[in-house]
Amino acid sequence: MSDYQSYMKGSPLEVKVISARFGVPNPTAIDTYLAHEGYQALAKAIQMGPEAVINEVKNSQLRGRGGAGFNTGLKWSFVPKSTDKPKYVVCNADESEPATCKDRPLMEYDPHQLIEGTAIAGYAIGAHQGYIFIRGEYRYLMDIIDRAIAEAYGRGYLGRNIQGSGFDFDLCTHTGAGAYECGEETALLNSLEGLRGYPRVKPPFPAVVGVYGCPTIVNNVETLCNVPHIVLKGAEWFAGLGTPKNGGTRLFCLSGHINRPGVYELAMGFPLRQMIEDVGGGIPGGRKLKSVIPGGSSCPLLTADEIDVPMDFDSMAKIGSMLGSGGVVMIDEDACMVKVAQRIMKFYAHESCGWCIPCREGTAWLKALLDRLHGGGGLPGDPDTALDASYNILGKSLCPLGDAAAMPTISIVKKFRSEFDDHIRLGKCPFERKAVAVAV
Amino acid sequence: MLSDALISKFDQVIARYPLKRSAIVPLLLFAQDEIGYISDEAIDEIARRVEVRPIEVVEDIGYYSMLHRQPVGKHNFQVCTNVSCQLRGGEEILEHCSQRLGIGHKQTTPDGLFSLEEVECLGACCGAPAMQVNYDFYENLTPERVDRLIAELRANGKP
Repeated sequence: MSDYQSYMKGSPLEVKVISARFGVPNPTAIDTYLAHEGYQALAKAIQMGPEAVINEVKNSQLRGRGGAGFNTGLKWSFVPKSTDKPKYVVCNADESEPATCKDRPLMEYDPHQLIEGTAIAGYAIGAHQGYIFIRGEYRYLMDIIDRAIAEAYGRGYLGRNIQGSGFDFDLCTHTGAGAYECGEETALLNSLEGLRGYPRVKPPFPAVVGVYGCPTIVNNVETLCNVPHIVLKGAEWFAGLGTPKNGGTRLFCLSGHINRPGVYELAMGFPLRQMIEDVGGGIPGGRKLKSVIPGGSSCPLLTADEIDVPMDFDSMAKIGSMLGSGGVVMIDEDACMVKVAQRIMKFYAHESCGWCIPCREGTAWLKALLDRLHGGGGLPGDPDTALDASYNILGKSLCPLGDAAAMPTISIVKKFRSEFDDHIRLGKCPFERKAVAVAV
Repeated sequence: MLSDALISKFDQVIARYPLKRSAIVPLLLFAQDEIGYISDEAIDEIARRVEVRPIEVVEDIGYYSMLHRQPVGKHNFQVCTNVSCQLRGGEEILEHCSQRLGIGHKQTTPDGLFSLEEVECLGACCGAPAMQVNYDFYENLTPERVDRLIAELRANGKP
């Protein structure tokens, strides 16, 4: 279990949609869910018909919460209507993007919301089987979801002829066993087929050729959790919560150097500065903010001067970064940015699946280079070499993992170049002296 | 010998998929949960049940970081040092565990009680610094909390 208090500190600025039921007693029981509008959206969806559900979700401007930000309804509409093949819906609960811990509370505190969202997605695309792919480390969450699924079967919200509607939908969990790459949807599908989690070449996209060669929709946990609310309250209401083309809310996970780390549900487009200062309570110890990772470690980092920005997909793209996965990391003035770059690259070098050369070789070389730089053995040309190597990964790898390694590195080298130069000039890390454990 | 409970779980899991080999990774993890590691016998049994060659099962083991072919300690400390944890003292927690247990990354104490591993993001970022001991999360760690936990595990076998 996670410590509810450390994740759900709450803020008056929150707009609670998908986290509205968090904190109710006995949260995982189906009776609790049914007492709070549970499974009403599934019944409504079945009355509406698949086409209307897809249109509603499309118009709601719900965009993929895993990080890519693609319009969910549009993704569903790519599934071929006339096909003899079975169709599948796969929930991506392989939450592994560094700094992201939002799918965890969604599964822990409201598992039926996810089950209902997945069943509606299945109904919309004409699937009769769903899988919830959960990272192996989240075993206690798989147990929670398994129990909730069993309850839903028991009450006729899963299985054959759901609530007498004629719609059949089976759902089960599937555990991963430790691989960041499996969060990429085609790698996830290979893993679901019992193979190594190597990405597939796109096109064809999973909506046409997915798991077992059949049309498949892969959606993130948070994405699917929004679906019942859209069906019940309508596309217009949902779109109105956010900014143009960015419907709804977002679970933001504030971590790092922040006074009140936690998961907060805020309207899409919430200003980053206010998120840090008012929701997160600012930077500990009166220190100054130096940098922000805005949406998981795959995003280009921001400087403290760049935080006057609405947190939605398009505004973040406009300033050259990404909204990503909702993992927002604050980094204060005493932290070493070379060390941050080094740690991020250590992650990608470890997680690169090795399938394509730019990513496999590039991340390993960059890790060695950044180790050397932070260790004080850097040469004057090293920062430029780091940029050069990053640009030789960017856009050249088979899947987004390569880009995810290159983008933060490029941003750190460019925006914090003087810190790299200081390491080279001094022959050591100028921050080591200040680096103390700040577990507050 | 694999237990009857495990074999019946195998059957139950395999039945979830239209393609039997889809069950390989879950079966490996469930076998490891029971045996403590993935034995040759488990590989052969899984391969036979999902109708693939044993080498195809071995290929998967090499890919997934949670799967291991050798026994680890009864209490496997997996300390996260990724960015959110690093900024709040994750490396110091790893170092502290290493000193207290007298072992390094991917090592096991001679009595077989503890193992230590530096791991990537566990999804416990708002409770940083964090670790997992087997499947249990421990968050907002301090060196003192780690010491207490080790003492409790030594005394009871379970915190």
